[in-house]
Amino acid sequence: SSNEHKLNFKKSKEACLSYIQDAMLQKQWKRAAEFLTCYVESLEKDYSREHIGPSEMIWRIGTEILWHHSHSSMKEFNCFMEQMKTLGVKRYLKVCLEHVFHLLCNGQIDEAYQNLSLAESWRFGEQTALQDKEMKLIQAYRGLLDYYSWSKQKNILLEHGEDGFSDLAVEQEMHSCFRKAAVNLKEIIKIPGVWDLFVKCYVDLLEFYGDHNEAHQVLNEYAYNSKFPANPNAHVYLYQFLKRQGESKKSLVSALKILHDIVPSHELMIDFNTMLQKSKKRKKRRLGLEVIFAALDYAGWKENAKAWSCLARQVKQIVNSGKHLDWIKQEWNSRKDWWPAFHFSRYLAKKNWQENKSLSYGKALVAGVLLGKDCKYFKYVSHHGCKAQLKKFRMLKKFVNRHNPVYLRISQ
Amino acid sequence: IQESTSVYSGSVDGSLYLMKNQKEKLRMTMPMTLSFCYMALLWLREPITLSEFLRFVVEGHIPYLNIFQHFPEKMKLCGLDLKIFCVESWPVYEEVFNKMHELAAFLDLPRFPEITDSCFLHPDMLCMKYLMEANLPDELHNWTCRVVKKIGIGEVDFLTLVPGNKSTRKVKYDVLAAAVIVVVLKLLFLLDDHYEWGFFALLISSQTKMCIFYSGGLYFQFKKWYEVVKHSLDVEQKKLDEERAKYLWRCERPLFYSVKNRAKVLKRRQMVVNLQNQFGKLSGSVRRAEKPNPSSFQLSWSEENTDGSCFHGHSLKGILQEKCGLLTAMNPDYWLCTVKLCNEKLCGHLAHYREVDFPQSYHFVLRLFSFLLRIQPSYIHDEVCMIEHKLFSKKLCKKLKYNTVLRK
Repeated sequence: SSNEHKLNFKKSKEACLSYIQDAMLQKQWKRAAEFLTCYVESLEKDYSREHIGPSEMIWRIGTEILWHHSHSSMKEFNCFMEQMKTLGVKRYLKVCLEHVFHLLCNGQIDEAYQNLSLAESWRFGEQTALQDKEMKLIQAYRGLLDYYSWSKQKNILLEHGEDGFSDLAVEQEMHSCFRKAAVNLKEIIKIPGVWDLFVKCYVDLLEFYGDHNEAHQVLNEYAYNSKFPANPNAHVYLYQFLKRQGESKKSLVSALKILHDIVPSHELMIDFNTMLQKSKKRKKRRLGLEVIFAALDYAGWKENAKAWSCLARQVKQIVNSGKHLDWIKQEWNSRKDWWPAFHFSRYLAKKNWQENKSLSYGKALVAGVLLGKDCKYFKYVSHHGCKAQLKKFRMLKKFVNRHNPVYLRISQ
Repeated sequence: IQESTSVYSGSVDGSLYLMKNQKEKLRMTMPMTLSFCYMALLWLREPITLSEFLRFVVEGHIPYLNIFQHFPEKMKLCGLDLKIFCVESWPVYEEVFNKMHELAAFLDLPRFPEITDSCFLHPDMLCMKYLMEANLPDELHNWTCRVVKKIGIGEVDFLTLVPGNKSTRKVKYDVLAAAVIVVVLKLLFLLDDHYEWGFFALLISSQTKMCIFYSGGLYFQFKKWYEVVKHSLDVEQKKLDEERAKYLWRCERPLFYSVKNRAKVLKRRQMVVNLQNQFGKLSGSVRRAEKPNPSSFQLSWSEENTDGSCFHGHSLKGILQEKCGLLTAMNPDYWLCTVKLCNEKLCGHLAHYREVDFPQSYHFVLRLFSFLLRIQPSYIHDEVCMIEHKLFSKKLCKKLKYNTVLRK
């Protein structure tokens, strides 16, 4: 560059920073530390106009280096974090929070709890109000750790209960943890966001103490409140809860319906299809077929024997009844161009046969119905199945042969 | 630490000093102290160039950065003094050079002691030094002397500084010498990215390979020289870039604007020292406690090395020919850096250098001297243009508008 030789404080620190960045990207922690040592004097210069000032840089870079460097200890790390807390009052709670995360990663739960409690009691004029979000997070995480303590106490009690001992102190401790946890967890999940872990823990607490109404309400809010970001897990939690509570099929189905809309490839689609197939209502059975076909559109499901057996079962049922063949036709219409190569190639026939007989059975049935008895997949599998003298496959061959006209109707 | 508030009053007239005073444009600043020093060195005709002097300043051999550390205890800097004495940028050659001339005129100094051909600053002497440092054959010195003589830049009147004389061009001794070498290289090797690489192949094809060696020596090959020097230059440049990034501007004694500021500043300093210790331990390498001694040569080449990396003793025979008893270059062509020079007073430069407009060999040679002198390549390019125009002034007068490649 043309101004290479004009060096000043700012430029040399910028250059220093880019060397640090390079070293960190290449995981050269010693080298990064070497350049950081030269960078730290930036603290003595006022950078108030910069977007990210030197103190924030040093905090973030120093954390990374100390976390990864082989010769650095937790003691040094903590000492550094304490220094960083004093550096920028506007960032105080953020630094506390990140420090807590690191302690948790290192398994130091008690230290993390202490830090959270300390941070919670921090007050600093108008900064307290400005850092309200971080404060809520700190309280939420303390709630989480309270839940963790509660859980431990609960397990101790359950063990003692088996032995016939009852420990009043532990029980009181447990309830105290519950109260502390519940307050904070309830608060954080009110704010629109993704709070999966917090919701699960809170619901666990509520269920234990028998407050199912509250639990249901919490999960409903989390899943259906439009202010919250779309989150498939919310629906999964709700479904699991309803199932635990023995709720009606109708409510279970409505919970899973949305999940199918958001994530058609979700693993619960098998449960969903199983439920729908058995339904007396035509609409539900139709939906079931749609659900299982949609799931099998995804590469991750290609070798899922259970999914194929669900589809095979439903297809078989439809073919046997002779009614609603148009359902299969509708589903097959948008798939007939690419499913043959995707699922039913000769290569896959060989592979599936060698690796998983029940998978190949399910797929062969479906292939036989959709593509006819002369299709590559069905021919290979049924030939080998019959050769191996497996009864199941002989039955399959008969079935497909018998219903070959169905294929002709579907393929029109 | 027992220090009363009255001790931290700073200078008496710091604020007055900084106020704009249009009558006196010349005000002593830290960079100007360097101009003052250099002016003295020039007066005494010391064997040191401005680029070398500034390099020693940056390397810390000459007190400049954090100068107040060397002030007597009684002198405490405070408040606006900081704006005067705090240095947060490296001195720039052009600025120090120009201020020196202003200062000399301001002080109404007479004609400086004469720079003759036995002085260190004479182009013949400096060319010898730079040729050695650039690992070029000693034989090139004959050529630099010839060029210097032909265009009259070795004359006493040209080289000696007369303060206040606005008609003569101010001489940058180091840049001038480097530019002479560049011109000589262009004369002998053309440096058009073709000739300097290819001619030796022609030589081998027309004569037997034995001709590479003449009685006891090697022929100079541009290609080999380029490879060796580029390698070293890249290594040194990389070191320099890293040193720049690691440059420490502050020292143990912090400065503060006011007494109120003091506690905060000291606290910050303490934190910086703590962090330096903490991360310094994790650095692995030990930071040099002692500065290495100042050295005049940044690149050195020894003829004792058996790897053939020293080109001082190489012969130019391969590229020269005899004509009428005189040795001339086999290369008949020359390209001018620029056909027309700019008006230096209007645009500040004689020419405008852009790397993309010139051959890479030329850029490399500029880069080499740019590194050695720690100045931008464009300054050397300016001097090269100036020398070329003096050298080819007769031919240029014939107004060769389109043909920028000249026949010598």
